[in-house]
Amino acid sequence: MEKKKLDATEKPVRFFLVGVGGQGTILASDVLAEVGLKCGYDVKKAEIHGMSQRGGSVVSNVVWARQVFSPIISVGEADVLIAFEKLEALRFLPFLQPGGLLLVNDYSIAPVTVSAGVALYPKDDALYSQLRQRSQSQTWVKGVELADSLGSAKAANVVLLGSLSALISGDADVWLEAVLQRVPAKFADLNKKAFEAGRAVVMEK
Amino acid sequence: MVKRLLSGNEAVARGAWEAGARVGSGYPGTPSTEIMETFATYPGVYAEWAPNEKVAMEVAIGAAYAGRRAFCTMKHVGVNVAADALFFGAMTGIEKGLVYISADDPSMHSSQNEQDNRQYARFARIPCLDPADSQEAKDFMKAAFEISEQYDTPVLLRLTTRVCHTSTPVDLDAQHEHDLAPIQYPRNPAKYCMLPANARKRHVVIEHRLDELAQFAEVTPLNRVEQRSSEIGIITGGIAYQYAREVFPDASVLKLGMVYPLPVKLVKDFARSVKKLIVLEELDPFIEQQVRLLGVELFQPQNLSSPKRADQKSIFPVFGELNTSIVRASAVEAGLIAGEAEPVPEIALGDLPPRPPTLCAGCPHRSTFYILSKLKVPVNGDIGCYTLGIAPPLNAMHTVGCMGASISVAHGAAVAGDAERHVAVIGDSTFFHTGIPALINVVYNQSNVITVIMDNRITGMTGHQQNPGTGKTLQNKPSVQLNIETLVRACGIEHVKTIEGYDVKAIESTLKEWMKMDEPAVLITREECALLPSARKRWTPLQVVEEKCNGCTACFRIGCPAILKSSKMDEKYNRPLAEIDPFLCTGCEICAQVCPRDAILFRSQLARPLTEG
Repeated sequence: MEKKKLDATEKPVRFFLVGVGGQGTILASDVLAEVGLKCGYDVKKAEIHGMSQRGGSVVSNVVWARQVFSPIISVGEADVLIAFEKLEALRFLPFLQPGGLLLVNDYSIAPVTVSAGVALYPKDDALYSQLRQRSQSQTWVKGVELADSLGSAKAANVVLLGSLSALISGDADVWLEAVLQRVPAKFADLNKKAFEAGRAVVMEK
Repeated sequence: MVKRLLSGNEAVARGAWEAGARVGSGYPGTPSTEIMETFATYPGVYAEWAPNEKVAMEVAIGAAYAGRRAFCTMKHVGVNVAADALFFGAMTGIEKGLVYISADDPSMHSSQNEQDNRQYARFARIPCLDPADSQEAKDFMKAAFEISEQYDTPVLLRLTTRVCHTSTPVDLDAQHEHDLAPIQYPRNPAKYCMLPANARKRHVVIEHRLDELAQFAEVTPLNRVEQRSSEIGIITGGIAYQYAREVFPDASVLKLGMVYPLPVKLVKDFARSVKKLIVLEELDPFIEQQVRLLGVELFQPQNLSSPKRADQKSIFPVFGELNTSIVRASAVEAGLIAGEAEPVPEIALGDLPPRPPTLCAGCPHRSTFYILSKLKVPVNGDIGCYTLGIAPPLNAMHTVGCMGASISVAHGAAVAGDAERHVAVIGDSTFFHTGIPALINVVYNQSNVITVIMDNRITGMTGHQQNPGTGKTLQNKPSVQLNIETLVRACGIEHVKTIEGYDVKAIESTLKEWMKMDEPAVLITREECALLPSARKRWTPLQVVEEKCNGCTACFRIGCPAILKSSKMDEKYNRPLAEIDPFLCTGCEICAQVCPRDAILFRSQLARPLTEG
């Protein structure tokens, strides 16, 4: 599939990361911010801590540019939407600009409203077609499954980072270095494999 | 020079260290928490968690009296708790630099109310600095110590969520050389003992100090004019500066780093240099009102009807945090800029299942809320993770106000003669914070409030901070573990019982028994937060025996995120069976206890893999 080259020298590149508390969204945005710095850009990374981390929707924003002002991304502004959970992709879809890049972890976590039976979790095909409202180029990656097969489902966020690096034609070495800077040394090997696996599934497509 | 990506909070801590601060005291609270956590890791400093913000501020004041640069950290509402200290510190001044840090939370991402603590600076007559990114957070922290010493005043460094939790590149500097020679502790009652006779004289001093600070505001590089087009001029400060630059790239800007007191001449000169003058700030019209008081004319928006209130904000919303789309929309509505030619098309999402924050899988608070919900009693709650007991399907909390209010609000209902028995729920750290005086009041004034102290052995919501009950300090030194049972008995409570947090049956029988007697009682439910590393080691996902489950929904009603509706159906009743998510389940066994058909296996019933040692 066609890979997008994102260059932040002319205009800002905005990454909108979403997930559920505890999924490693913050670590992934740390890595993205670090990659931006390594590419020589000004970088801002905004996230919310506290109550929302207790199983609620979590959002993190990373912006690369020659000079970044606002750290938060407004509706319709994101170049890339990275969702670590499928339903959250749809919830935050309005933030993606029309024609933006959409990367989805093919994994669902039922909100309590669903497990308690007061709401229904949307089916995959419905999700997929809803997501097409903003973007024709969506990539779904089985991040949790892949990471689990490598040793720990927790590395799903790094699988997705690997996929993203391929989608936007990033230099793998730069990205991997940023990943390894941010994860505990004892999990370096696992995360390296997770990153490469995520990169490979997109390269193959 | 080394450039590092630091959050605003990390940058403030770095600034404190570079400025030679020796003492930091704080109480955890989003979005301030990481400041003290980070400061604690620097060499040669003393950092602590105090039991509440008032204590933290007094500790910082005490250290600054003793000749060491010191600061305190708290969230916006923490300043309300500390306000008494804030004012006397402003009156006395200090020997060495003193900085009060208030981290405000516009939009209340993790707070019970929205307040603009720049107001406290004006209220207490002290200067206020308001940084716009991490570099400024660090630089302003250092400047705050300088100003503090130069003008003999505490300085308020006011942050907001988007500064605290946004990471931006920061230049790191070396540590400031500072004199650590012992000083003679001041014996200066005229300055440090605020008896009425002394305080009256000090009030005159601090008003003069403000006059001098206003002069300083005219010349300090903390305030600067960015001259661009003269069509629109914007006075702004803090994070709003970023939105000003992005939405109005050509406008001239008066960027106020010090938002109180205002530089009168600078404001007037700037106003004269532009055609349309506006103020762009988050929350209250704090700058705007002062600019109006100067008689400076601001741009009149075309959509502004006659003001309903004297303190009305003219263009931008007074509630919630701003962002570029809100600022742009308000500016278009006011007739300042043209609307976008091609607005982003709206999309239809339909009704998505909401995902509110919830008690985690394995949360030891769940069992108590399950029972309280079953007992249908009014529950007066408090501030912490357990506030989430309010959420469906538990719905087990009926009031939540501020730190420590649970017990006193319940007492208020009891003495008002409310026919129902009230239960107050409060966490361990919140009990130490301000719950103790409220419990003493229950005993002293003899109401029958039942208090549940949910002791999860840590300060949870803010991300696992040590507290007086945990046996460790912020800097990881072993310390005493305050014995809650002894403390509660010392307050005069006779009926005190401790039950393991997960023990549903014991919690139920104890509460039911106490409901029958007309005396105050305290139940301590004790179990480590399931997210603590020591608890994680014990995680063992449970399993559902499909043959026994008939989809009766009893386990769904405890509201655990690890319990899912299976795609398999019970044939007789045609309803989904329960399923347990092995990635989320911790094995707390609350579901297994409430299952009427023994369809969920307890840990002891699980088949153990042969490989396990």
